[in-house]
Formats: sequence, structure tokens, C-alpha cells
Amino acid sequence: MQRYSGFGLLRHAMSHHENWQRVWRNPKPKKHYDVIIVGGGGHGLATAYYLAKVHNITNVAVIEKGYLGGGNTARNTTIVRSNYLWDESALLYEHAMKLWEGLSQDLNYNVMFSQRGVLNLGHTLQDMRDIQRRVNANRLNGIDSVALDTQGVQEIVPIMDCTTSRRYPILGASWQPRAGVARHDAVAWGYARAADALGVDLIQQCEVTDILTEDGAATGVMTKEYGAIKGGRIGCVVAGNSGVLAKMAGFRLPIESHPLQALVSEPIRPILDTVVMSNQVHGYISQSDKGDLVIGAGIDGYNGYGQRGSYSTIEHTLQAIVELFPIFSRVRMNRQWGGIVDTTPDACPIISETPVENLFFNCGWGTGGFKATPGSGHVFAQTLAKGKASELAKPFSMFRFHTGALVDEHGAAGVAH
Amino acid sequence: MRQTNRLSDGGRIDRSKPMTFSFNGNQYSGYEGDTLSSALIANGVNVIGRSFKYGRPRGIVAAGADEPNAIVQLGATEATQVPNVRATQQPLFDGLVSQPTSGWPSLKFDLLGFSGQLFGRALPPGFYYKTFMFPQAAWKFYEKHIRKAAGLGRSPTEPDVDEYDHLNQHTDVLIVGAGPAGLSAALTAARSGAHVILADEQAEMGGSLLSSRSRINGAEASQWVADTLQELAGMDNVLLLPNATVNGYHDHNFLTIHERRTDHLGDRAPENQTRQRMHRVRADWVVLATGAHERPLVYANNDLPGCMLASAVSTYIRRYAVIPGHSLVAMTTNDAGYQAAFDWQDAGRNVVALVDTRQAPTGDCVEEARRRGIRLLIGHAVIEAKGSTRVSAARVAPLSEDGQHLTGPAEKLACDTIASSGGWSPAVHLSCHTGGRPVWNDEVIGFVPGESLQRQSIAGAIAGTFDLAGCLEQGTQQGAEAARQAGYEAKPASLPTVEEPATGNAMALFCIPHEQRISRAPKQFVDFQNDVTAAAIELATREGFESIEHVKRYTALGFGTDQGKLGNINGMAIAAKSMNKTIAETGTTIFRPNYTPVTFGAIAGRHCDDLFDPERHTAMHDWHVRHGALFENVGQWKRPWYYPKPGETMQQSLDRECLATRNGVGILDASTLGKIDIQGKDAREFIGRVYTNAWAKLAVGKCRYGLMCGEDGMVFDDGVTSCLGEEHFLMTTTTGGAAHVLEWLELYHQTEWPELEVYMNTVTDHWATMTIAGPDSRKLLAELTDDIDLDKESFKFMDWRQGTVADVPARVFRISFTGELSYEINVPANYGLDVWEALFEKGERYNLTPYGTETMHILRAEKGFIIAGQDTDGSMHPYDLGLDWAVKEDKPYSFIGKRGMKREDCLRQDRKQLVGLKTKDPSIVLPEGAQAVDDPKQPVPMTMLGHVTSSYYSANLGRSIAMGVIRGGHQRSGETVYYPLSDGRVVEAEITSTLFLDPKGERQNV
Amino acid sequence: MFRIYCPYCGELREEEEFHPKGPAHLARPADPDNCTDEQWGDFLYFRDNPRGLHNELWVHALGCRKFFNVTRDTQTYLIKGSYRLGESPDQARTSGDQA
Repeated sequence: MQRYSGFGLLRHAMSHHENWQRVWRNPKPKKHYDVIIVGGGGHGLATAYYLAKVHNITNVAVIEKGYLGGGNTARNTTIVRSNYLWDESALLYEHAMKLWEGLSQDLNYNVMFSQRGVLNLGHTLQDMRDIQRRVNANRLNGIDSVALDTQGVQEIVPIMDCTTSRRYPILGASWQPRAGVARHDAVAWGYARAADALGVDLIQQCEVTDILTEDGAATGVMTKEYGAIKGGRIGCVVAGNSGVLAKMAGFRLPIESHPLQALVSEPIRPILDTVVMSNQVHGYISQSDKGDLVIGAGIDGYNGYGQRGSYSTIEHTLQAIVELFPIFSRVRMNRQWGGIVDTTPDACPIISETPVENLFFNCGWGTGGFKATPGSGHVFAQTLAKGKASELAKPFSMFRFHTGALVDEHGAAGVAH
Repeated sequence: MRQTNRLSDGGRIDRSKPMTFSFNGNQYSGYEGDTLSSALIANGVNVIGRSFKYGRPRGIVAAGADEPNAIVQLGATEATQVPNVRATQQPLFDGLVSQPTSGWPSLKFDLLGFSGQLFGRALPPGFYYKTFMFPQAAWKFYEKHIRKAAGLGRSPTEPDVDEYDHLNQHTDVLIVGAGPAGLSAALTAARSGAHVILADEQAEMGGSLLSSRSRINGAEASQWVADTLQELAGMDNVLLLPNATVNGYHDHNFLTIHERRTDHLGDRAPENQTRQRMHRVRADWVVLATGAHERPLVYANNDLPGCMLASAVSTYIRRYAVIPGHSLVAMTTNDAGYQAAFDWQDAGRNVVALVDTRQAPTGDCVEEARRRGIRLLIGHAVIEAKGSTRVSAARVAPLSEDGQHLTGPAEKLACDTIASSGGWSPAVHLSCHTGGRPVWNDEVIGFVPGESLQRQSIAGAIAGTFDLAGCLEQGTQQGAEAARQAGYEAKPASLPTVEEPATGNAMALFCIPHEQRISRAPKQFVDFQNDVTAAAIELATREGFESIEHVKRYTALGFGTDQGKLGNINGMAIAAKSMNKTIAETGTTIFRPNYTPVTFGAIAGRHCDDLFDPERHTAMHDWHVRHGALFENVGQWKRPWYYPKPGETMQQSLDRECLATRNGVGILDASTLGKIDIQGKDAREFIGRVYTNAWAKLAVGKCRYGLMCGEDGMVFDDGVTSCLGEEHFLMTTTTGGAAHVLEWLELYHQTEWPELEVYMNTVTDHWATMTIAGPDSRKLLAELTDDIDLDKESFKFMDWRQGTVADVPARVFRISFTGELSYEINVPANYGLDVWEALFEKGERYNLTPYGTETMHILRAEKGFIIAGQDTDGSMHPYDLGLDWAVKEDKPYSFIGKRGMKREDCLRQDRKQLVGLKTKDPSIVLPEGAQAVDDPKQPVPMTMLGHVTSSYYSANLGRSIAMGVIRGGHQRSGETVYYPLSDGRVVEAEITSTLFLDPKGERQNV
Repeated sequence: MFRIYCPYCGELREEEEFHPKGPAHLARPADPDNCTDEQWGDFLYFRDNPRGLHNELWVHALGCRKFFNVTRDTQTYLIKGSYRLGESPDQARTSGDQA
């Protein structure tokens, strides 16, 4: 792998950038792999990278029906945080957070992980109780997270309207300083480049049409472009299509696919240097290094694979943003888009063995998958390498939906007295 | 203030209405009818900004939505600042104040421009991915500096002074674009009687006809526009919307139109007018007549001010009577590009050369050029522009037939303007918003809309029809078709006669070759706003970014505020070529809303501030306000939180309210609790299925507490339900859960148990509910009623009675959430305030004390009553809460929740269970949300047992009390747990019963 | 932004009047007490989640409050029609009912 550095950049400038190597090969698939990963998004590519790097399993293919990182990796609002309520999820996301913190160096690719902090606002007394509960749990789990009062919030985001005149005044927030944002495309590309360098075959524009099984065990995949490709173990990491893949293998998942929309403003001069999220007023916002205000909307309630949702959701989101930031009223929205999120009943992922032997699923990340990318890949790689769920993955078995051992991250039921 | 580039006659500006405006601190003048860009050109302003990455000077390129460079900051006051306004789309008004958005520290001397020249070569696409990595902490430092360069304009720092609104519209036919196709479609559709909305983004309708040289019906095309608009304006079934951009095409023919109602009038909207309006339109049929965008050609230094689109040159001359230079070199791949040269010449200025990339162009224009004596360079191209802050010359060289090589030496032509036309790209954007994929058409040399699933058709240049006669014909056809589709009879219309030049074939050419290969030639810009060059695109593909989406994301092609309207197709062509593919194979990226940027405020509309979310007030709300209550938001309701008296701390108020209630009588406004009226012969059976406890034997006149679970067995709501009649019940719910519970009940009734005869409706707002609680509550009530027997034997705890209170018909429920003797008085909401005040009149001698939700919380916690949503979180079943008594396992019907709470994980002994907690130090109030551990000295991450759900100081008990969940807590009564707090303290607490006061329940049974 | 036909009101109305309520025909097991955990979990959580035609439950929340089923393509978002509870998907329609 050609190493990237500032010096290298200057050297290439001398030769008019004509000698840059390819970031990854474009190989024809082999007949057999030790592990086949279906899905070339951030999670799938990270899985391949850690399989090769940590477990020394390099005879690996990543099969992607479109282009690398073209699904939700390319469509999310890039928020990274680990301040989750329950131990099981907090440990998983904090594992990811620690990997984020050295990721650019590990991959020799600047993923622009920017620890500018994330605020989760509280607007009701119950919000504040929930914040205290979560912040206390975070602290005892070793996660940097503090509760702020209104003034504390105002100091961090002076341009937000923190007065009591708002419909739902800001009573406080939880604040995780190590949280932040990262450059989504770079994460996919960085993992892809590093995995490729370790020998992983990245097969783009190749659609899996069936899971091949013998005696109840998966043996490979059928593809539209290259026919059968055999594999010792198969890992499906196909957010937005998990149900479709599961159906191929003959089972169902506790998953519904919903549209999740996001939007950006035109680029404006830096004015917001942290991430602000509000459940009650329902919107979240940060400002990218390019200057765009990156804004997230709620999920649409119906099932949808169309990568678009309803306009009313966009309206409600911008109403929330203008309510929080009345000064943004004259800023203009440039573009909106949608992703397909696989939601589970407890808002936690599935990293799991399945009813089919040698077939594993990593899915159900809902609206929050991007932040977990390194952790998800790391944990899933271990699961695939050992053939059984790793310690961190165990609580996220798909079979918890039979036993009832859910990890309910919806937080408080949203019921008020 | 002289407009040096203003032509003495012609154009559609009103010379009788001069206006002044400022740009970059300088005062200029223009006329009504100008755009900001035409007025800037009139005043000879060349450089409008500096480029983002390389800091190169940039001028006006286009005349419409495709403009990438002339992006200005608008606004005379802080509150009216608008970032990133395209000068080409901003109508001029008197007093307009604008600033450049890029170029630091000044437009004339740009430090970035200086460094851009020095380091520009070191900044290939994606350079930031390849560097700034070491050491790990350094990114924070680099990023701070990179961010400084971010953005174009700036946000206002004061709240908006203007308002915005929404208008919902239903129409038979919506026509997007009022050029020749759109106008003729509108005319035909409207004549059929169909309701028609015609929307156009420009201030004046007519599109290309406003600057066309072609003639219609023997007169100037603009005359036909005027006649057509006059007829349309006179029809009741037509709504003409100028200054209105159709920005989003959503599913099932729902479209949004952003109408800028006052942006052309001034800095802020005139009084009593909304600044902008979003039309939310549901159209039976849509005709897209959005036209096309001209492609510039890509050549070296093509970003120098003075390099423009050929059609833009014509538009400025013919429509605005301004000319952007003195000497022109025009380059074209098609006949349309000739018009710029003719218009230039007609304006009396020098056309240096007309450079046609085709080897043997035919068509009337070629003849006319020869006739006019213009120097015609056939089979040539401009390969490079020369100049520093303005074009000073064009280097022109002969081209091979396929346009891929130079075949001879270059000649340098002195000029100050280079116009280029690479053909026209249909404006397919809206056709893609609902998932339609555009398809490449070799004849059109552009993407045209693919098959549509919406009720929609296309007409004119968007369909690849570039001749005027064709546009008029197609518009007429599609207007008729639209009317038919909407159920109207369209009569065949006669087409106007058109005089336009016959055209020859265009050449598919995008990037002009240079003597040096792309990687070494002077920069050939594709996307100006993001400084994306042909070399960058080529490099991206060479590095392996082969999907067009990868190319876009790696180079930032099309990420600007023009979203690639100008450069995308050129970029795709360059990417395709460098991968030896066709454009059809490479494909295009996907267009999504918005077509052009839309003001946040317009999308939000009036749903801000007071109208963000409705406030629900009880009948007694004004009384609470008058009596100094502080309020808590609960759902949409405003509930009194507590009633501080002057000088009191919050705790003092609560102590006073709590003591007054337990020692005398207090009163709570409980109107917000959800109330659902349930009737029908099977009402009792129905209630038995949705609650976990027994309902079969509840007699008329009796009340009972009920617990509601989901199918997973987890508690989600609770409340008291009363039997009003054998087939009539009144269910109460939590305040926030009311709507959800009603929908839940309806869901089960309609989907699972339609055979049950039961009807339900919300009556929450019908009743005002006031709870009087405390030992004196009976005495107080007795003073206000004479028809309800309040004797403790005849009106028992958990009974209800109908009667009169303060002369108002009332239902009185003897139920208690405080553990005190307590009555809940329900009267029709309109009488609520009267009865409330009557209670206070009589209550004076009992020291009747109003209390709010906080005191209610304390009083109920003293009794261990739960609050669903505070002491539960959707993961607790009734047994976890110690509410075993509220689950009737042997009901004949397997009630909702029964099976769920029997799942393997729900039967574990070490589940988190609700317990009482008493701190060892009675003065310490545990913080709600604190997490318990067995060993506070263990290392992090600690093993946590559960959190505190409710915690208060109880004045009645003279100590703190708390409730919380503890793993296996029901078996651990009397044990000690520890709460390590964020301030370093560790609070010790004993696990107890949740019944802190009056464990036998004697106080409520007096 | 869908336009949904309410088979009870007999009108095509705006999406904002309705709430989606998940897949249609999700019958509660007749004898919950004798279901295994697996069967109960399947009923509670496991879904077909098809890409393509989907029968789904909606409620006319800001209208007549009736629940009904809609057959909708989850890929194109085109709606084939609505039908009342108790009817079958092949009765899906976009007009014809009386209020």
C-alpha cells in the first residue's frame, strides 16, 4: 500500500499527480473464500479489514451490489457518540469510540474524526431525569458524559435560543466531549483501501441473488454477475436489505426497513462547532467542515426501500431547527436525501448467529449505525473468525426477541403523568 | 455611477425607474427589471468572488439558476441577512445591499489566491484524506484552520423579522416552467376548463423567449408571450405564479413551490405580507416544461472572469440591455452558440471570432455569420484563456474531427470575453425526485427523463426538443393531454407560426484538448464553485474511484449550491472518457430536492414560536397564572408545577403545599388526565382484556385502578376506570399517554375483536377535574353540595357519585393518588373555573392550598404509587413493579400482556425491581437518575444495579424518600446499596418497602 | 407524500391525516397461553418486511379513526389501493366506497 503523508503529497505534486496508485484493486472473484461478506458499506468493509488484520484471515471477499460505501454510509449525518444507556450497548459503542480515536492512523487515511462534542438536549423534567440516569450510567461505565444545566448549554452553543420563551425551553443537556462527527465517505474508503492492501477482494457491482446452503449450513452465495461463489462462513452486513437477504436464507428478522431523511443547508461560514440533538423538539444539527448545516430528521413511520420519505418530515425537522435556532430562518436548504434504516424493536443492533449454520448477520443498526462502524466491524470480525458470537456481540443475538432479553434503548417510554 | 456597459436602447428594463444598490461597499445604479448580476455587469464589475480552494478570481458565468460564482450576501440589516444569493436570480430593488461571500481578506487581494497559486498543485482531490494525520492530536489543529475557509455567505446572528406561510393547493394541472412549451401547454390546458397552475422561477414569465431572436406569428417572440400571459391572466381557472420555483416533486404528484413574494421588493417584506410562501400542491397531472441548461465547454483557465455561457451573453444583451465586454470570442459545438455573436455584433461591439468545433457545420446561422462578415473558425476550439483578473486573450487551435486532438498550432486572439456553448442539458431534476432515472440520449447529447411512475409528462427542451416550433407544438400536445388526463375535453389548438433559423447537427464535445495532457495543462475547470478540474476527475478515476458517485464524492463535483447544473454533465463525460466508457455506461448521479435552495423559514412556515406546537390549557389555567404558578410541560399540556409565594424557595413551597394537604386540604387541577368514555354491551369484557386486572364484578358506582401492558407484558399506562353503568365506563389515562391509549384501544377493537360491541371516544376536554385531598376535603365538599351523601359509609373509598357541586352537575370520584381522603370533582369544562373559584371561596377557612405536579409527585411517592413513564421505562412488567395484586392470571381471556410477561427473560429472579430507598442520612435527597452499586470502590466499568426513579424530600416524614430499581431488589429488603455521584460523594441507602407513610392505608378510609 | 384512500370515508386524503401501523393481517395467536416463547416472539417482532408489494395497516387518525389496510409498493411507493379490515388484498381499491 502506498503510504499517504503530507510529504508524499508534495512529491506527487512534482509529478503532476500522475503516479498515484489505485486505492484498491478491481479483482475478479475467486471460486472460494474463507469468509464472504455480503455488503460493502462501512460495517462490511470494517469487518473485512479486522478479519485480515486482527485474525489473519485474508482469503476474504466483500461483495457489493453497487459501489463501496454507497448505502447508509454515504447518507448519514455522521454523528459519533457512545453515551448509550444500557451496559450492553454502552460497551459496544464505547468500543467503537476507542477505535475511532486512532482510526486515521491505523488506516493511514484521514477519516476526519472530529471530537467536537455532542449535546443531547432536555426539554422536560422527564427528559432531565432520563439524562441524569444515562449520564450516571455512562460515568460508571467509564464513558465521558456530563449533565449540563441551561446555562451550561448556552455557554457551549451561544447561538441557540436557550430562553424560557420557547415552547419547550431547554432545561439542560447531556454532553459528551469525546463525541463528534467524521467524514463518512472516508471511513468506507479508508477501510476498503486498507482491507484491499491486506488481500481482501472487493467485488463491486455484484448482486447476491441467493444464499447457498447444504444440510442447513451456508456454503456460499449465488451472484447475478459471477454465479456461485463458495465461502466457509458468510456474514451479511446489508443495512436496508437485511430482510431480503434473510428471506433468501429462509428465515425472518425482527426488522422493519424505514426511510430516514436528512438535509443540508448551503455552505455558510462557521457558526456551530458542536453537534446538537433534541428528541423532544425533534431534530439534530451540526456544521460540516465545508460549512453545510447537516440536519437530521426523524424516521418515517411506514416501511420503505425508496431512499426517500415524506415532505412533512422535512417540514417538522426544519420547524424544530428554527425553533432551536431562530437565527437560521433565512439560511437556505440545499439538498435532502434519504436512506433505508433497518429498525429493531429495541433500537439495538443484531450481531448474531442465525438459524442457518455458518451464516451470520450484522444488521438492525437503525438510525445509529455509522457511529458504531469500527466497533461493529471489529466485533463481527471476531464473531466470523470464531464462528460464534463474541462477548460484546452476545447480548445482540437475534434470539433475544424470543427470550425477551431486549436492550431497550428507546429510553423512557415517553409516557408522562 | 455611470453604467458603462448599459446599452442605450432595447432590453426589458424600465429606464424610467432607476435604482441604486451597493456591492462590496460601493454604490451603483441600475434599473427596474435588472437582476443584481445584470446591474453589476452594467457597472463593469468583473470579479464577484474568489474560488474556494485556489482563491482564483471569479466572475459571472450564467444568467440563471446555474450560476456558480456570483454568490452574494444580501441584506441591509443584521436580521435580514441572506447568505448565498445567486446574483443572477435576485431581482434588483432600490437600496439593495450586497457583499461578496468569498475572498478573504478582500476581493482584490486574496491571500488564499496567493497561496492557491503556490500550493494549488499540492491540492489534488481528496488531499485531506491523505494528510493531516500525524500526530493523532493534530487533526484538531488542522481542522480549525480548514474550517476557517468553510462556507460562502454567513448566517444572520439575529432572529428573522419576516414571516412565511404555506398554502395547500389542489389543481388539475400543474405546469412547471413558463417558457414556450410551458406557456403553450398552459394555454391549451386552461382553455379546456381545467384548473391550471403555471409556476416559473423568474420574475418575468417567458423563459428563453424573452431573449430569443426568433419570431412568432410575424412578431417578436416576446409579443406572443405577452398575448399568451394576458389571456391566461384573464381566466378564473388559472393561477400564474412568477418568482415561484417548483423545488420538490414528491410521491403521488405532491409538489412544493417556493414563491418569493417580496424578495424583489426590498430587504424585508412589506408590513402585513409574508416574505415567502410554500405552496404545497397536489396535482392531478404535471407537465414538466423546465427547459434546459447550457453547458459551457471545458478549456484551460476557463474560470477567468469574462468566460461565460453563450446564452447568458445573449440574455444579458437582449433582456437586460447590458453587454459584459468589448470584444468577444464565441466558441460553440452547435448552432445555438451563434446567437451570442450576432447579439454582440448588433449591440455594436467587436466579435473577434466565432469558433465552431465542427468540421462542416451547416444551417442558417453559419450562413448568417458569413453574411455578417464575422471571422468564422471552423473545426477550431478555444483551448485556453489568458489573463489575470479578466480574459485578455483566447488561444485558438484547429481540432481533429472527433474533437480529441489538436491538429495544428494555436493562435492567440485578443478579447475580453469568451462565450462558449457545449450544447444543452435538459433540466431533468424534478423528474428524478421520486426515483426516476434519466437516460442518456446520443441525439440530444444529454440525459432526458426516463420512464415516470407519476402522473406526469414532459414538453420542450427537457424532452430534448430544442427548436422553438417543436417546443410550442409539444407544449400544446402535452397541455391537451394533461387536460384529458384530468378529465377535461381539450380542443385541438392551432399552432402559431414560427420563424427561426434551420439548424444543423451539434457535436458531442465536452472537454477541449490542450497542447499538454490534462494532468499538466493549465487548470480546466468543470465545477467552478468547488474548484473541480478535469485533471481532478481524471485522477479520481485513475485512483480507482470508478463509480460516478465515487467520482462525485471524491472530487466534490456537483456539491456546490448550483448542485452541478453547470458542470455535472461535463464531469461525467470526462470521467467516462478517462475510463474508456460511454456516458450512458457511466450514468449520472441522482438529483434530489431542492432544485434550487429554499429558505428554512419558508419550509417551517408559521409553525414556529407560539405555533410550534399547540399549548393545551385547562379551564382553570388563567387562575393558575394569576396565582403565580410555575408550569411544567406535560405532553402538550401546561400543568401547574408549584405555586411559589414571594420569598419562598422551591423546597419551601413544596413543603408548604405537602403539609397543607396532609394536614388540611389541598387542591390539584387534574383536568389533563386522559378520559376515555367506553360504552356498549361488551364494554366490560373489552376492558377486562386490555387491563391486567379483574373487571367482571366492578359494580355501577365503583372505581378501580387498572394497569395496561403491551403484548410484551411491559407496563405502558395506568389509571382509574369507573363503572358509570352496566354498559358504560369512564377510563382515565396518564396525561401524556391519552392519545396513544385511545388509538391502542381502537386498534384492538377494530383488528382483533370486531365482534365486541363497544364504542369509545375521548372526553378529556369535556371535563374540568379538580382533586381535593386531605382530612378536610369532606368538610369542604359538603359546603358545596347538598345532593351527594358524603357519609363515609354510603360514599366509600373507590366509589363515585353523580350530583351537583357549586350548583353545577358533577361526577365526584372518591379516589386518591395521595393516600388522603380525597375527592376528584369533574364538572363540564365550561364551568370549571366557576367551581374552582367556589371551592376557594368556601375553602378559605380550611386554608385550601393549591398544589402542582411536584407536590403531587411527593405525596404519591410517600405512598409508593408509581408514575408510568417515570418509575417505568417500557422494560418493566407488573411484577417488577411489585404490582402482583393488579394482575389477574385466571381471567378467562388471555389479556394483553399476560403471555409477554411469561417469557424466559421476564421470569428471571435478578430483574430490575422497583423498591423503596431510604438514605442513611435522612437529609440527603438522592438525585433522580443516580445509579446504584454494591461496591462503590470497584474499578470502572462498575456493575450497576439500577437507578433512582423518583426522589424527594418529604416534609411530612421529615426525611428524604426515594424509589428506584434494583437488580433482584424484592429479595433484598433491608440491604444497603451505594450511589456514587458525579461530585464524588457516595450516598448510602437502605432498600425498603415503597410504602413510606401510612402503610395500612388508613388515611384514605376515614 | 402519499395520497391515501380511506375506504370508510370514501375519499383520497393526504398522508398527514393517517398513521402507519405496521404490517396488515398480523393476527394475535388464538391461544397465547399455549404459545412457546419462540412463537410469541415471532408474533411480537419478526416481520416479512418485503421490498415490493406490502399489505399494511393504517389508521385514519385525523379523520374517521378507522383502521384499514393499504397495499403499497415499498420500492416505488405506488399504492394499489385500500381495503377494509376483513376484506382481502385483492379487494384493494382507490374509489367506490360510501362514507
